[in-house]
Amino acid sequence: MSIVFENINFIYNAGMPTERKALEDICLEIPDGQFVGIIGHTGSGKSTLIQHMNGLMKASSGALYFQGENIYEKGYDLKSLRTKVGLVFQYPEHQLFEVDVFSDVCFGPKNQGLEQEEVEKRAKEALRMVGVEDHMFFQSPFELSGGQKRRVAIAGVLAMRPDVLVLDEPTAGLDPKGRGEILDLIKDLQVKTGKTVILVSHSMEDVAEYVDRIIVMNEGKIMLDGTPREVFKHTQGLEEVGLAAPEVSYILRDLKKRGLDVATDAITISEAAEAIAKAIQQRHS
Amino acid sequence: MLRDIIIGQYYQTESVIHRLDPRVKLGGTLLYIISLFCFDNFIGYVLAILFLGIVIRLSHVPFKLMVRGMKAILFLLLITAVFNLFLTPGEPLVSVWKLSISKEGLVLAVTMAVRLSLLIIGSSIMTLTTTPNNLTDGMEKMMAPLKVFRIPVHEVAMMMSIALRFIPILLEETDKIMKAQMARGADFESGNIFARAKALVPLLIPLFVSAFRRANDLAMAMESRCYRGGDGRTKMKPLVYARRDAIAYVCLVGYLVVSIVLGNVVLW
Repeated sequence: MSIVFENINFIYNAGMPTERKALEDICLEIPDGQFVGIIGHTGSGKSTLIQHMNGLMKASSGALYFQGENIYEKGYDLKSLRTKVGLVFQYPEHQLFEVDVFSDVCFGPKNQGLEQEEVEKRAKEALRMVGVEDHMFFQSPFELSGGQKRRVAIAGVLAMRPDVLVLDEPTAGLDPKGRGEILDLIKDLQVKTGKTVILVSHSMEDVAEYVDRIIVMNEGKIMLDGTPREVFKHTQGLEEVGLAAPEVSYILRDLKKRGLDVATDAITISEAAEAIAKAIQQRHS
Repeated sequence: MLRDIIIGQYYQTESVIHRLDPRVKLGGTLLYIISLFCFDNFIGYVLAILFLGIVIRLSHVPFKLMVRGMKAILFLLLITAVFNLFLTPGEPLVSVWKLSISKEGLVLAVTMAVRLSLLIIGSSIMTLTTTPNNLTDGMEKMMAPLKVFRIPVHEVAMMMSIALRFIPILLEETDKIMKAQMARGADFESGNIFARAKALVPLLIPLFVSAFRRANDLAMAMESRCYRGGDGRTKMKPLVYARRDAIAYVCLVGYLVVSIVLGNVVLW
């Protein structure tokens, strides 16, 4: 049940003076159950890339396989693909429209043509999964706080029980506490359900701690692809395209330059703390 | 899909037409539209098409873009043509059941369609070569004499420039919300007319909510920059006529006169 991109190209406004290549010869394989982070600067093609995954955008050339089937083949059921690859857009709370939270979350499963009972069951399950409490089910979605709205919107996609969950900048516009909560929630979901999760972000800090694999996009091409540790070794390359390695790796490198014999490949704060403690111990012994 | 609509859209490039004063373009468009209904023979059409062709060439806007804009009004054109075709009394050419096509109807349908197409392309050149801001500046200045009759000219112009500015924003927003709902399995394309109308609810409600939010933000931003209407407000770039504007006026009036004179000559 993997997603495979085969030489995907996408051109905006083909034949117009504003023509622009948004994706250039993308080859990519995302196996089942992986937690993938896609990072890139604004306009690097990351949003375009993920909209191909559920067939909302059609590549100008190339082939895209989901579970071994080419989704561009004639007669492929794109509507059911969209329920299998759940896409949560940027600022998803802007799509809420129903009178209460519960009916809004029911929208997705209802479109799948399920029985009313099953629809409600899935909606409840999804809302509980994202930590929306029962007493909020029948409030208007417009009365909730920003973070709560976003949870409801994510539940709206989860209620379709997708095999793959794709989130475009799920932390944009939230305060630091809200960001941490949403990211923990996503990680938790991924661990519990074993779903493939694809997280798009422009912040390294967000992604480094959580994902198994990072794909760095630049100008419509894949620039780097590997585990966070591998990717963050290319500090210079990342800086050239306007990204940066996590803050801690800069601190460690600085320490090393000043004479402390410390390992510089840590990517999270706790790893860094451990590395520093170890280096200090070594120095004293 | 939605991006094909070009009404009110500006096409950025460098040309004589772009540099003209917006008042010339507004007046010119009006004159051109008047001229379209003042001629009565074949020469008039040739002149009108020729004039438009020259202006399009000078504007450096690709013709393809204008044809694409025509798609949106194709339906209107067809209805007009069909009505003219069947409902004009005269000498019948073909008769089927109660409907008959007369010779006069045929001529009227074709000429009307050509006139309408010219009218639409002619006015789309104005919006394609003038930024919305410039356009409303021009309107404000042209309508300034109406202030005597207590018409709030500045406010009207400001509302128009905001409305024009919001067209692309709302189109983009619509596109985004549509995609988000499609990702939740919404279907905007199939079903009968009632099912389709119902399918629009998840699109329209978020769109209205966001339009109100944007309007609110904009009002705040304007207030915090001390906007208090048109009284005593000066312009950073006041509109001043240049030589090319005078030349353009001469060309326009020349075209109108020639078109009226030659267009009404009774041929043999």
